[in-house]
Amino acid sequence: MALVPWYVPYLLLAPGIVSLGAAVAYPLVNLVLISFQQFRARELILGLPTHWSGLANYRYIFSRPEFWTVLARSLLFAGVNVVLTIVIGMGLALLMQRLGGRMRTLLAISMVLAWATPTVTATQVWLWLFDRDFGVVNWMLTSLHLGNFTQHSWLSDPVSMLGLATMIVVWAALPFVALTLYAGLSQVPTDLYEAARVDGGGRWAIFRLVSLPYVAPIVLLLTLLSAIWDFRVFTQIFVLQKAGGISEDTNLIGIWAYHQSFGGAPNYGRGAATSLVGVVILLLVTALLLRRMVHAGDEL
Amino acid sequence: MRSRLRASSVAVNGLALLAVGFFLFPVYWMVVTAFKPSGDILLSIPKFIPSPFTMEHFSDAFNKNHFWDNARSSVIVTCSVVILAVAVAFFAATAVARFRFRGRRTFLVLLLLVQMVPFEAMLIPIFIELDRIGLVYKLIGVILAYLAFALPFTIWVLRGFVAAVPVDLEEAALTDGCTRPQAFMKILFPLIAPGLVATSIFAFIQAWNEYIFANVLLTNENTTLPVWLASFVSAGSQIDWGGIMAGSTMFALPVMIFFIFVQRRITAGMTVGAVKG
Repeated sequence: MALVPWYVPYLLLAPGIVSLGAAVAYPLVNLVLISFQQFRARELILGLPTHWSGLANYRYIFSRPEFWTVLARSLLFAGVNVVLTIVIGMGLALLMQRLGGRMRTLLAISMVLAWATPTVTATQVWLWLFDRDFGVVNWMLTSLHLGNFTQHSWLSDPVSMLGLATMIVVWAALPFVALTLYAGLSQVPTDLYEAARVDGGGRWAIFRLVSLPYVAPIVLLLTLLSAIWDFRVFTQIFVLQKAGGISEDTNLIGIWAYHQSFGGAPNYGRGAATSLVGVVILLLVTALLLRRMVHAGDEL
Repeated sequence: MRSRLRASSVAVNGLALLAVGFFLFPVYWMVVTAFKPSGDILLSIPKFIPSPFTMEHFSDAFNKNHFWDNARSSVIVTCSVVILAVAVAFFAATAVARFRFRGRRTFLVLLLLVQMVPFEAMLIPIFIELDRIGLVYKLIGVILAYLAFALPFTIWVLRGFVAAVPVDLEEAALTDGCTRPQAFMKILFPLIAPGLVATSIFAFIQAWNEYIFANVLLTNENTTLPVWLASFVSAGSQIDWGGIMAGSTMFALPVMIFFIFVQRRITAGMTVGAVKG
């Protein structure tokens, strides 16, 4: 590779760096700047100069009890979703390993269809499944004598509405996680399994001592990605709220920031500050995972 | 021993069927509802097979709001983003997988970090910037935003594919008298073509599905299909489930077809990227 002029890799990177710079780095810097300004719809529409307001936006946010509720709710929501996705995803991957060819293909295809369902579509379909009057879920639960769910509304209570959102998120996230883990598991050299079996390892021991260490880097990456994606869940909640669910008690941090910026009285400064607080919290929460990824990056 | 094996295989297959039902039923219910006459949709005991069968929800959906304009926007935005993202990511992936250079590791770590930033947060500054340069409510603004959002992931995955091609192959071509661009086009390109297909899906999904930017940065006339689809549901009014499911089916179909073809390559690319560099 010594024959290549030194600037070739930079030339290859240039288009990527330019677009990431224009649509990520530059707006990100602006997001930080706006968060320290008084910037409302008035300033934007009339093109008025914005005023530096120091930490006012941040002080406002931290002084609102609502912020702390929203934050706790977001963390809990993301945590539940990540754990469900990774644990069930691993279960499905192990299940796929033990299935016959035909059954495995059937499961893989059904997962791919769920995976391919666009978020807005998935939300609409689950809304219809859980519809109060004619939803098939209410009918099924009632028919199975699990209680009387006739005219039961899943959207009127914050916990059940966020539960429905969890269902939509996990349903859509599982295929990617399960199929990736399955692809990783099938790369485990078979002689490792043989050796473990000869040594008298039970199923659990083989999983813990052979499979898991081998796919650990993939599990780490998937957990990190899921944590990022689930903390950022937006569209599902947004559409559920629009469909008549309660809004205030179901806001996650991204939605709350959106409502501040584009809601009734747009305040971009406060919205930007809220978003940034969210980013910092996500960084803190995933710092441990990230550190391990970055260390793995020695060999990148 | 044998009967124990059989019992466990029944349990395993039973579990698998349960999982198949969980993933498939919502999709099945969407399609079935779309083909049912309105009277058959709102029944207290649901009908699991659509008979009689109707196409009326589809023709209704085509005439709803700005379907054709929005479909056109979706196609333009998605095609532009896919082509740009794959080309740009291919160059970047080649750079990080094939060369050692100053700033390489920083770039890779930044790629991971960028994914921490919620795109919804970028909506505010991007909206303000586009407004200032007069590009708000135009497709080009949305295209550029989606491109940048798709890049970190597409570069990351493509990197795995490029790294998996042995360098020796290229070097052999060089000794045989190929120029470097030739070696690149003739050796590297065909080998990572499956990777290119796989990464294009990420860009495709990103652009085809994105809702919130399209909702804020475009108008009712030139917005994309997710906004059109979401506009069906509003609190209070009698919901037209047949229409929504017909719209959902049409909207989901291209992605599903695309996915069935390339799914295997995506997960393969992920594991290549995660297990070895």
